Amino acid sequence: MTLLALSGVSFSYGRGSRVLQDIDLAVEAGSNLGIVGESGSGKTTMLKLLLGLERASSGAVSFRGERLDAANRGFMRGFRRSVQAVFQDPYSSLDPRQRVFDIIAEPLRSLKIETDIAAAVEQALRDVDLPADAARRYPHEFSGGQRQRIAIARAIVANPDLIIADEVVSALDLTTRTRIIDLLRSLSARMTFVVVSHDIALVALLCERLVVLEKGRIVEQGATRDILARPAHPYTRQLLASTPRMPERV
Amino acid sequence: MSTLLSVEDLQIRTAARPLVSGISFSIAAGERVGLIGESGSGKSLTALAVLGLLPDTMRVTGSITLDGHPVIGARDRDLVPLRGRSVAAVFQEPMTALDPLMRIGDQVAEVVRRRALRDGTKPGRAEIASRVLALLERVALPEPARIARAFPHEISGGQRQRGAIAMALACRPKLLIADEPTTALDVTTQAEILKLLETVVRDEGMGLLFISHDLPVVATVAERALVMRHGALIEEGPVGTLFGRPSHPYTEGLVAAARAFDAALEFAP
Amino acid sequence: MSDTPVVSAGARPKSSMPWPLMVGGLLVGLHLVIALLSLVWTPYAVGDMVGGRLEGPSFVHWAGTDRLGRDLMTQIMIGSRIALVVGCGAVALGALIGVTIGVLAAFATRTLDDVLAAALDILIAFPTLLLAMLIVASSDGASLWTAILAIGIAGSAIVARLTRILAKRILSMDYITAARISGTASPGIVRIHVLPNIWPTLIVNFALQFGLAVIAEASLSYLGLGAPPPNASWGRLLQEAQASVYTAPFGAIAPGLALVSLVIGLNLFADGLREAADPTRRRSR
Repeated sequence: MTLLALSGVSFSYGRGSRVLQDIDLAVEAGSNLGIVGESGSGKTTMLKLLLGLERASSGAVSFRGERLDAANRGFMRGFRRSVQAVFQDPYSSLDPRQRVFDIIAEPLRSLKIETDIAAAVEQALRDVDLPADAARRYPHEFSGGQRQRIAIARAIVANPDLIIADEVVSALDLTTRTRIIDLLRSLSARMTFVVVSHDIALVALLCERLVVLEKGRIVEQGATRDILARPAHPYTRQLLASTPRMPERV
Repeated sequence: MSTLLSVEDLQIRTAARPLVSGISFSIAAGERVGLIGESGSGKSLTALAVLGLLPDTMRVTGSITLDGHPVIGARDRDLVPLRGRSVAAVFQEPMTALDPLMRIGDQVAEVVRRRALRDGTKPGRAEIASRVLALLERVALPEPARIARAFPHEISGGQRQRGAIAMALACRPKLLIADEPTTALDVTTQAEILKLLETVVRDEGMGLLFISHDLPVVATVAERALVMRHGALIEEGPVGTLFGRPSHPYTEGLVAAARAFDAALEFAP
Repeated sequence: MSDTPVVSAGARPKSSMPWPLMVGGLLVGLHLVIALLSLVWTPYAVGDMVGGRLEGPSFVHWAGTDRLGRDLMTQIMIGSRIALVVGCGAVALGALIGVTIGVLAAFATRTLDDVLAAALDILIAFPTLLLAMLIVASSDGASLWTAILAIGIAGSAIVARLTRILAKRILSMDYITAARISGTASPGIVRIHVLPNIWPTLIVNFALQFGLAVIAEASLSYLGLGAPPPNASWGRLLQEAQASVYTAPFGAIAPGLALVSLVIGLNLFADGLREAADPTRRRSR
């Protein structure tokens, strides 16, 4: 089933030049989608469109086959409940003056989801391997990796169908990065991920399908295995060639 | 090969706690060495110690000898010529290394002039301008004449980093310290900058201390690497051996994580 | 960034109270006690001529008497009350208007924000005195309320400009985007995220504004635009003492000391608050 789709979408800020042009893509339930692009590729704008934070200049963004409509409160509430996000910077993405409990509970409260909030927060903390007493503490008491876990707990607390992850491990150390990737992998069994990153290796680790963005256009999309085995577009080939590798074992 | 940099039993601490505890290593002239560590490992502090740029609030003991001159305990007045002649540095964010209100060409010219004064010559305006252009060409900046007139914010991140490298080259140092110089850059730009660094260092016969958390990146530019963790040096060796048969469990973990990323791309040509 | 905790909850270093907060608090507290006391007790009744004219300080009249033989200490104590009432009122009014406009401007579209910013700049350039004269002219004459209104409105422009800048910085944080994605609407974002995060800086500013308001109140009273008699304001005491400042300087020194001690107290208090609110003092990282 198609969760989110962009069809014929173009976008420009004000009267500026096109940031995105003729974008067609679909996020299918159960199949993680990776969006790879470098600075200036338009991936941040695409993220905002997918999250309903910006409106397309032309074309349509649809959720479960229906067009996103900011005026339709009930529909938007369902959309917000189903589509959550995790961001790059674990420092800027948590309110420093809120306790972890309130941070994680925010979607439940704002979306007026009728559930036992305390139990849901506790379960979310368990899902991201944080101790239950973390709920009483403030973000500054945690390291970068732990903060990213808190942000993931907030994203999953309302049991969404889709999580959009924007460069979620770029700010983390290698060993922490690996643990967060393992966590996202285990969560993939319950929900679908859209992984936005400049790092094609990260996307390849997590996603079955891949979209390569260059200067606001999709230059290549398809199954990750196929693209890695036979990259059709020169830009994709350049990305793969530029990614530094470990030396052969001696 | 003669020893260019020798660090012995370097300790850095604040009043509250030790930050770097007793590390020793050396770099031979023309050698390219990687310094690997995660955040808080003390790798950047080590680099600052070599440059004699640690804040006064930190206590430093041990010995650092750079190009025959002691760094620890030296007066700042004696370190200034050492920094210009023996060692230069390139940092992660070129925007903060460059003066935002000065044209790229003027910034490079300033270094060229200072270096010439130190050598006892006083080149004319035209002479300096031509050396600046040559340096900008050397770091493969497109249209060097135009870039020389540009301000830092008018060019891309990759071009700024090339400008910073040109400034470092203008010193004609014997050792170049590069602290995460490509971390803020795109993958494709990173590949170009790494290639550039490797060529200029090799051509000029400079030593390189390349600091990074990224193993494959270190493998691209360095011959030998050191691994730091919690302020201590835990393992060192030639890149091939270190990444092929790591002996410390921490290094093993890092190598395994890095190989997992490589494995994800194994379908690639 | 690693996966291990940076600071544990209990390990936070104990911060001692910064000295400006203590000294400032003492000075302000002293005025507060005097103001409260003046409600129930003053050495003499406020309008009574109880001594000789222009007497110096003595055991009977601690601060001397004025040109009509009224007790100065009595009037200074009442002056404390007036200063604090006008200061509180003006800061509260300025905060209410200022924070509201500032938050609205931070949320507004580009054009509306530009208009509001320009309006604030004009209001800031507008002298408080002129504003006070306009307000007095359009009401029944000078009173406590006209002083509060004039000083409050003038202060609100500064609060609004500060709030706008602070709120804009908060609105650009990722946790605001996360809140929107969590379905939190704008009023909730202001209540849950914006206000709690800008509050510490605003409080410090309010303390500074309080000091300015006390000076502004004295200036307005000095010019006859403040609270009319029998409300004894320090500004009016200064004005009355002006004619005899060479023969009886204590008539000007006493209310002057009262004014200066309160303003210094408020400024120290503000400095102390800023220091206490500084996260680098509390978090060791």
